[in-house]
Amino acid sequence: MNNFVNTLRAGPDENGRFGEFGGMFVSETLMPLILELNNQYENAKTDPLFWTEMDDLLKNYVGRPSPLYFAERLTKHLQGAKIFLKRDELNHTGAHKINNVLGQILVARRMGKSRIIAETGAGQHGVATATVCARFGLKCIVFMGKTDVERQSPNVFRMRLLGAEVIPVTSGRGTLKDAMNEAMRDWVTNVHNTFYCIGTVAGPHPYPAMVRDFQSIIGREAKEQLMEAEGKLPDTIIACIGGGSNAMGLFHAFLDDHSVNIIGVEAGGMGVDDRMEHAASLTGGRPGVLHGNRTYLLQDEFGQIIEGHSISAGLDYPGIGPEHSWLHDIKRVDYVSVTDSEALDAFQLCCTQEGIIPALEPSHALAHVMKIAPNLEKDHILLLNMCGRGDKDIFTVANALGEGLDD
Amino acid sequence: MTRIENTFRTLKERKTKAFISFIMAGDPTFEKSLAIIKGLPEAGVDLIEIGIPFTDPMADGPSIQLAGQRAIASGTTLNRVLDLVSEFRKNDKKTPIILMGYFNPVMAMGVEKFLSNCKTAGVDGLIIVDLPPEEDQELCIPSVKAGLNFIRLATPTSDTKRLEKLLQNTSGFVYYVSITGITGAATPEAKSIQAQITELKGNTELPICVGFGVKTPQIAKEIAKVADGVVVGSAIVDKIAKNTSTQEILSFCKTLADATHSISSD
Repeated sequence: MNNFVNTLRAGPDENGRFGEFGGMFVSETLMPLILELNNQYENAKTDPLFWTEMDDLLKNYVGRPSPLYFAERLTKHLQGAKIFLKRDELNHTGAHKINNVLGQILVARRMGKSRIIAETGAGQHGVATATVCARFGLKCIVFMGKTDVERQSPNVFRMRLLGAEVIPVTSGRGTLKDAMNEAMRDWVTNVHNTFYCIGTVAGPHPYPAMVRDFQSIIGREAKEQLMEAEGKLPDTIIACIGGGSNAMGLFHAFLDDHSVNIIGVEAGGMGVDDRMEHAASLTGGRPGVLHGNRTYLLQDEFGQIIEGHSISAGLDYPGIGPEHSWLHDIKRVDYVSVTDSEALDAFQLCCTQEGIIPALEPSHALAHVMKIAPNLEKDHILLLNMCGRGDKDIFTVANALGEGLDD
Repeated sequence: MTRIENTFRTLKERKTKAFISFIMAGDPTFEKSLAIIKGLPEAGVDLIEIGIPFTDPMADGPSIQLAGQRAIASGTTLNRVLDLVSEFRKNDKKTPIILMGYFNPVMAMGVEKFLSNCKTAGVDGLIIVDLPPEEDQELCIPSVKAGLNFIRLATPTSDTKRLEKLLQNTSGFVYYVSITGITGAATPEAKSIQAQITELKGNTELPICVGFGVKTPQIAKEIAKVADGVVVGSAIVDKIAKNTSTQEILSFCKTLADATHSISSD
């Protein structure tokens, strides 16, 4: 990857690196498993039978392709760029998460693993994992921070209905990062029968590449659909970023299309400043090593990880996928941040203008669209990944608006 | 010859096994951990492992996690960990000190600066849990160049091919993790690890020390029968968590050290 390459889509290299980012920073107990997973995934990737099964499930179980939708009233309201939404919130389980889970579970089945573990923040990845495990009759254990269990109770109940065991994690501060630590500890302990289904494009190699590959169907579909609808490539594509799986999923197909402007939107929380009340790893963090990969992290000057904050439990993660760190450093993707309150405004606008209740995560991307769309030409095509629906967030939003009214 | 190599040679001459203790730097305070460390050699501890606290210790069980949190709360940065070693070295030039932790705090200090600070403070070896051989360029190779032993964990999941790879740049000793799991978890069985130690011995001349899950003098004794050394961490750290006096902690370490030393290497 350090050599000259004329594609940005070939990464990672054989060491799992995107430039200096990525890698395999795990304890020795896990190394044989990770190497085995890498082998099995490489085999699956080139096996037509694997993709036949995957494509069938994506179509008939998940409901793909997800529609590409011209947001007519939003476009009129913002009086600028022509706005399209990639409707991944219409997938089974209500978010893009299931694209990846399905792929990983099929890999787990090839490896003969009978026990699936996952971490979850907002609960979307946990619900998707519980769903696919139910579909295949696999034992499913979901680690979820105690704080998140409390603020996302509907998803906790969903997972239990689907037969999963939800383990509240009390170590650390009880959020996504701690859930991921605990999942890794479980994995180290139960190496022989357990498959760790990671929910985002982070973790040790091959996870960042594997999760991206399974999510990249989003961008491939959108490209084709837009060609059909408009006969051209989009001018700007935009997605929100926590770990960054929906964004990598949208971006990957467009990385070599240099006319396409790509924007990733991080969670700015209460504002990206020294108080560190945000979750913008690229805008407000620096490179380090956590959860098996080298990437940008929220950390103090001594290398201790900082929790960060976002109104969206799905973006509340102190790291980011290593491929994003690389795309940031080579400046192929422009990374920005929006605050909690800007995301809340976008959330409400989408409800009333389009009759779509978006998740708080893509509301961040939409908030940035609200900033830039009015200044763009009317024939400028702007494509946003609507990666999740907002049913899970209505209590959070009600609380936030209630507080707003009290002020 | 490094202090670590020298210590193992002396133990071999005395026909006995090594006892290694782990405590977290700055847990619960800088002063208390310094007092404990200062007393360890007299309690019979042959090598001292000092933990570098980290917010996200993925390979550690609750005991070490909490120790790390207490240490961070008492203001323990990597600089303070090195201060602790310097203080200890003022009166002890003989006992090897091994720093154990995760890579991110080292990265934050900068590898070059870290290694030069280690040399100045009197650190002898490093165990960095999240740096497998695949990432040797990061710290392992620079450490070896700087004259520090880079000690690697071998685990029950390491097969012959893997052992070859992980023993490549290892020096000082091999830390055999007796169980698949986190620190302080299930108790290892001497019988089940004997076969794996025999395999390790076929691949390396280095001493093999066993840790993870050793909690009592009795277990230490059992392990010492099959290994060159025994590591105890969580059981000691648990006593510190209960605010046990320095003297009581040291006498607990002494019972573990005596149990280990009661086993002859003949």
